[in-house]
Amino acid sequence: MESRAKILQALSKKFTDHPAPLPDVKAFPPTAGDPVDKFEFILRGIGGRTVRVSSYTEIDEYIAKEYTSGARIISLVKEVAGSAITPDIDPHTFENVDLVVLQPHFGVAENGAAWITSDRMGDRALPFISQHIALVITTDSILHTMHEAYEQIGNADHPFGTFIAGPSKTADIEQSLVLGAHGPKSMTVFLLSR
Amino acid sequence: MEQKIQDHAILADKFNKDIPRVDWHDKTLWFIREKRDKAAWQIAEWEELREAASQVKNNVLDNLHDYLLEFEKQAQQNGVTVHWAANAEEHNRIVHAIIKEHGVTDIVKSKSMLTEECHLNEYLQQQGITVVDTDLGERIVQLAGEPPSHIVLPCIHWKKEEIGELFHQHLGTPKGNADPQFLTAAAREHLRQRFMTSRVAITGVNFAVAETGEVVVCTNEGNADLGVQLAEVHIACMGIEKIIPQRKHLGIFLRLLARSATGQPVTTYSSHFRKPRPGQTMHIVLVDNGRSERLQQESFRNALKCIRCGACMNTCPVYRRSGGHSYHYAIAGPIGSILAPGLDMKKHADLPFASTLCGSCSNVCPVKINIHEQLYEWRQVLVKSGHVSPVKKAGISGMAAVLSRPGIYKVSGAVGRWFMKYIPALVNNKLNPWYKQREMPAVPKQSFNEWYRQNRKQNGKQS
Amino acid sequence: MKVALFVPCYVDQFYPQVAIATLELLEKLGVDVTYPESQTCCGQPMANSGFEHLTHGCNDNFVNNFSGYDYIVCPSGSCTLHVKDHLHATNETAAAGIRKRVYELTEFLTDVLKVENLTSHFQHKVGLHQSCHGQRGLKISQMSELVSAPFSKTEKLLHMVKGLELIKLSRTDECCGFGGTFCVAEEAVSVKMGIDRVADHVTHGANYITGNDMSCLMHLEGILRRQQSPVKVIHIAEILNAAE
Repeated sequence: MESRAKILQALSKKFTDHPAPLPDVKAFPPTAGDPVDKFEFILRGIGGRTVRVSSYTEIDEYIAKEYTSGARIISLVKEVAGSAITPDIDPHTFENVDLVVLQPHFGVAENGAAWITSDRMGDRALPFISQHIALVITTDSILHTMHEAYEQIGNADHPFGTFIAGPSKTADIEQSLVLGAHGPKSMTVFLLSR
Repeated sequence: MEQKIQDHAILADKFNKDIPRVDWHDKTLWFIREKRDKAAWQIAEWEELREAASQVKNNVLDNLHDYLLEFEKQAQQNGVTVHWAANAEEHNRIVHAIIKEHGVTDIVKSKSMLTEECHLNEYLQQQGITVVDTDLGERIVQLAGEPPSHIVLPCIHWKKEEIGELFHQHLGTPKGNADPQFLTAAAREHLRQRFMTSRVAITGVNFAVAETGEVVVCTNEGNADLGVQLAEVHIACMGIEKIIPQRKHLGIFLRLLARSATGQPVTTYSSHFRKPRPGQTMHIVLVDNGRSERLQQESFRNALKCIRCGACMNTCPVYRRSGGHSYHYAIAGPIGSILAPGLDMKKHADLPFASTLCGSCSNVCPVKINIHEQLYEWRQVLVKSGHVSPVKKAGISGMAAVLSRPGIYKVSGAVGRWFMKYIPALVNNKLNPWYKQREMPAVPKQSFNEWYRQNRKQNGKQS
Repeated sequence: MKVALFVPCYVDQFYPQVAIATLELLEKLGVDVTYPESQTCCGQPMANSGFEHLTHGCNDNFVNNFSGYDYIVCPSGSCTLHVKDHLHATNETAAAGIRKRVYELTEFLTDVLKVENLTSHFQHKVGLHQSCHGQRGLKISQMSELVSAPFSKTEKLLHMVKGLELIKLSRTDECCGFGGTFCVAEEAVSVKMGIDRVADHVTHGANYITGNDMSCLMHLEGILRRQQSPVKVIHIAEILNAAE
């Protein structure tokens, strides 16, 4: 506690009587163009895959084609096939999950990121420990910019939330891009139009 | 620890003994600068965004006391334990105490420049704790027993063949295999085992939101998330300047951070840690370590706006040609050169001089820190505080005397072309450092002053 | 319009032809130019080395020489910027006036004289080295780091010169590595930066490297001559003053 008081004491010295004002975040309008096209373009540029679908059945078919029957697939999207998870399970047991299917709240066109919160992850470790990840995003939920994203998130009280933009990656070895550094080696986004 | 550090010029000279390597280093970093430019040009309002980010940070620095209290209150309500550390030693003790309390000897850590600044790894190792850095680049330099040479690209100075050899020695990969894909896969397997067994995970913090008490951690690899989500204890370490007022301000910073750093539109993961996962405990360590003192220094306080993107390093023509280690501080490059002397003037007195003051750093800075102006200001402070060689001091004093007396200037110019007489003599070196790799300028028959008197005054044009 | 010519110390001592070209060019354009003869230096070599506190005598001398003019024109972006940012003197009112009225040559030509055409002729391939202090400090041209509309006061003038072919560079505004005392204190990096800058111009076919600052060009010249390169440096004033 002593350091806390010391630090706060040092900081309580007012440096100026006219502290800098906060800027207006709403000053940044959304960019022109179709956000779904842009989202797709950007996400592909950062190593993600996109598949345009118009029904959940198409998603099931796609996954069935890509993964063998022995693959361990967990789906947190009730319309998409895959096993569910039991509550309070040790997250280490997900180490051999081949694919996790999740449904984020929305996507962001300017950077190809998708916002997902812990209530939609099943377990917080799943989006990171799984060998591959698939996201189902409805096309009408894609926003233009991060400013819109935070407006949408608002004051929601999520214990944990993350923007995911593509597969886990690194370029630490001579700037060569390698997908699958620690987390998923691929990310597939199903763009669902209704 | 207290060995004499060689100064930047000497270390840079050593780096320049291998010119092909300097060229490679320069080109690699310039490539990243170009990617940054391309990303910035995608955003029409880029300069307005920089201005907004700068304003938010200015506001934070002016109100840090209140924001920290708000952050602490929110974090505590979220079930997080908040610690305050006045300096690096206290930070290290706090982290060690938490680890010890859980009876753990092996931990994982994702990238955190603060823990580099505090030398946490060395401290914990002395206490018998094994720390594994999980960022691939950091793991590579850790295996090599080196500090990172860049805050975003820790092993940017390593060639893939050298990494192949390092992995062969430490991870048992086949000798001679230097394929980045293969080496990354090997590291993935090696580090997965660590993630699976570590009960404590340390992360840094990119942004801490006062309004919500959440901390945001950005990575491309997902190593921070994997570490935290598989651990019983999450310790997030942050400098007190990492606070931002509201969640919506993240929109500004997340748009700028990755684009400035690597030219990516955003990092792969931007994770918002608000409450610990069920059964987990979460700690946040708030560290001062000279920051509150810095805040009172008008000329230098806004260096605390830094969001650690590394753009100033990638653009710096000196950094690219001298390598991160020549700065002998956890944070290299232009930003390191204005942060380091604030911590220890004597030890880092050389760094503000390791620049041509070209100003490119200030132009790429996403929060508009006037880096090159602070480099200039630090030079003034360092000289006034006596951190200057006697040779240089004598030389400059002589120069100042000549330049304030036009009569003497004319004579001394005519005799020795004073510029080339004075400048090389500022360096205590037997050889003229100008002439070593450059020809001296040819001496003209007369100076302009002489020419003017001869050619113009006769024409009746007098000053 | 009363204009004073401010000649950087190293130009006075090593490159008198640059000052002569500046003087002649301004006179050709009908400007009444005076050269205050007791001028020495702007004080930058000391200040950039951390000795701003020793520049008082030098600054007072500067103010004594340059008070009372409408404009002070200098063929150097770096010296101009230093005066603009750091000139303080016993007579602070006079110093403040000078800080406002000091111009680098090309910005004086484009912004004050509003020159739209020149009679100069220079039949060569020329590379433009954008000196940092002129470019980033005085904003003589757009900077590659900023997302902003392109412009260049220097290029605008060079385009008025008949016969001149301006070459493109890979890195449009990288520092040459001169940096004042940096050129000797950090000799290895300074030289490496200079070698790289020279190479960019040479590989793109320049016969001449020009710029607004003779200090950068002096450094590049030292490297070119050591390499025994046929490529020459030339100050922009010399090109703009080159006769038909």
